[in-house]
Amino acid sequence: MSYQANEKGYYGDFGGAFIPEMLYPNVEELRSQYLEIMKEESFQKEFKDLLRDYVGRPTPLYYAKRFSEKYNTKIYLKREDLCHTGAHKVNNTVGQILMAKRLGKDRIIAETGAGQHGVATATVCALMGIECIVYMGEIDIERQAPNVARMKMLGAKVVPAKSGSRTLKDATNEAIRDWINNPLDTHYIIGSVVGPHPYPDMVARFQAVISEEIKVQLKEKENRENPDYVVACVGGGSNAAGIYYHYLDNPEVGIIAVEAAGKGIQSGESAATSALGKEGIIHGSKTLLMQTDDGQITEPYSISAGLDYPGVGPMHANLFRSGRGEFISITDKAAMDAGQELAKLEGIIPAIETSHALAIFEDRKFKKDDVIVINLSGRGDKDLSTYIDYFGL
Amino acid sequence: MNRINKKLQEEQKMLSIYFTAGYPEPEDTVPIIKDLEKNGVDFIEIGLPFSDPLADGPTIQESSTKALKSGMTTNKLFEQLKGIRNSVEIPLVIMGYFNPILQYGVEKFCKKCAETGIDGLIIPDLPVDVYNEEYKTIFEENGLQNIFLITPQTSEERIRFIDSVSNGFIYMVSTASVTGSTSGFSEETRDYFKRISAMKLQNPQIVGFGISDEEIFNQATEYAKGAIIGSAFIKHLNANGKKNIGDFVKSIRPV
Repeated sequence: MSYQANEKGYYGDFGGAFIPEMLYPNVEELRSQYLEIMKEESFQKEFKDLLRDYVGRPTPLYYAKRFSEKYNTKIYLKREDLCHTGAHKVNNTVGQILMAKRLGKDRIIAETGAGQHGVATATVCALMGIECIVYMGEIDIERQAPNVARMKMLGAKVVPAKSGSRTLKDATNEAIRDWINNPLDTHYIIGSVVGPHPYPDMVARFQAVISEEIKVQLKEKENRENPDYVVACVGGGSNAAGIYYHYLDNPEVGIIAVEAAGKGIQSGESAATSALGKEGIIHGSKTLLMQTDDGQITEPYSISAGLDYPGVGPMHANLFRSGRGEFISITDKAAMDAGQELAKLEGIIPAIETSHALAIFEDRKFKKDDVIVINLSGRGDKDLSTYIDYFGL
Repeated sequence: MNRINKKLQEEQKMLSIYFTAGYPEPEDTVPIIKDLEKNGVDFIEIGLPFSDPLADGPTIQESSTKALKSGMTTNKLFEQLKGIRNSVEIPLVIMGYFNPILQYGVEKFCKKCAETGIDGLIIPDLPVDVYNEEYKTIFEENGLQNIFLITPQTSEERIRFIDSVSNGFIYMVSTASVTGSTSGFSEETRDYFKRISAMKLQNPQIVGFGISDEEIFNQATEYAKGAIIGSAFIKHLNANGKKNIGDFVKSIRPV
């Protein structure tokens, strides 16, 4: 059994393209061309050159010695926080901006939660000289001020999403509406492995550079390509898709997905989709979704703006339902403490998203010689004000 | 014969009104339907409120949010509509997004529609191929028409395909936009109306999106069988509650 998308964009029961007719031409244009474009030698060369020279890849695979000693196992950190712009998001935006150019689009829209994807999109638009509009929830604009400033400095227009919970879900709605209103000249750079087919598959392919590098780097360090476990936080799930990608169909490698439990799974303030979600449709994709019995989408909560999303990508929904992936929920408190701990043990301040993944070790025990690779998906600079408020720094 | 087909055989241009169920007040659904019929509206689209309506602009989204906040649910809508066919004759169509229908259960939803006397459904985010593969039989067994949308960007081949699987009318979205975002039609839009009209499709076309007054209604129906008004009517409700509905209808199509 393969855990990749089939030709219709389904991962098991999940995926597809549940979109209004107004979006059909845009999505179909992309769907019919993305694989061929990605295969082109000139595309691959430009993509790889930019990843190396602009993004700064390969990112290091770092053996976290003190962190490993503390938890009595072998923990490697894939340092996506060292990518240009500070998170893994840029791998995908570099790929998609090249895609947009080949599709002849001269206007880019994007949605963003924590602002990392918005910054990554604004960055590649500046690089290519293309107009950029980023939709961001009003609440996220408040709690991620440094990233808003960065986007503006990069020349992007940041548009507040004022509807619903005024966070990522609503920013995504606004971006989709913009795309409906501008079907010809605009490419929508979705930042996670969500949305209608082909987005989840395309974004996963761009992020797959993460697991591709791990195979090479782990061979050098441990004389094996496959770790025992790959671990990542999951909001929509793009960094997770990137670290799982080359291991999806290899049952020797355990897949661990870490979701935001917020103030506790049963607290009513949570974003733990695998625990609280049911099959449903959000943003054009059939997936697991937090919703009421009546099918209204629930407003999620997490201290981390990047995990504050009521669904997961269809790849992850399938990993959960099939049992291929182990899903763990981490509270705000556990995540914040783990972020603090990594800073003190390793001198790395992680994004709060990533802190969720780092927090699994209190409860989830591993063997001494297990090799665990955690995707350190982003750096914590953007979250400093949250850390300051939380710890009274 | 389905009430929609029967209605479409009448000579006049069809005026259809969209409104959000449970808006402006939770118990307004049925009174608004009755008032619209009394004032000569040809058929009605009842909006099933959804938290995240992708194809709608702010006016309709806000009406949905308010209706949900005041307790509107799918069950409640069916309760309100119970017995509606004792007093209302014109075709009734439910417009809703797919997720609430999926949670209710597509088969159960369709059966309930049939019991209630609903004639058709408009589900913007249920793609035609998924409908054909998974749900067509259920709709047909319950005598429900599924109304599909086309836009200025829909290819001729796809329009022909949509026409071949439709059996009521085709919802012709006037411009590439969400609801309520334009006023008045450009030369380009009129060319699109003409182009579709010249295709001689087997199903008549009803124009939706961007229709707010008599002049635009007349432009929209020059080449099409009718037009649907949504956001403009919601704005009327915002200003007047459910009073003066007759005046609104007359402002679009004077008697």
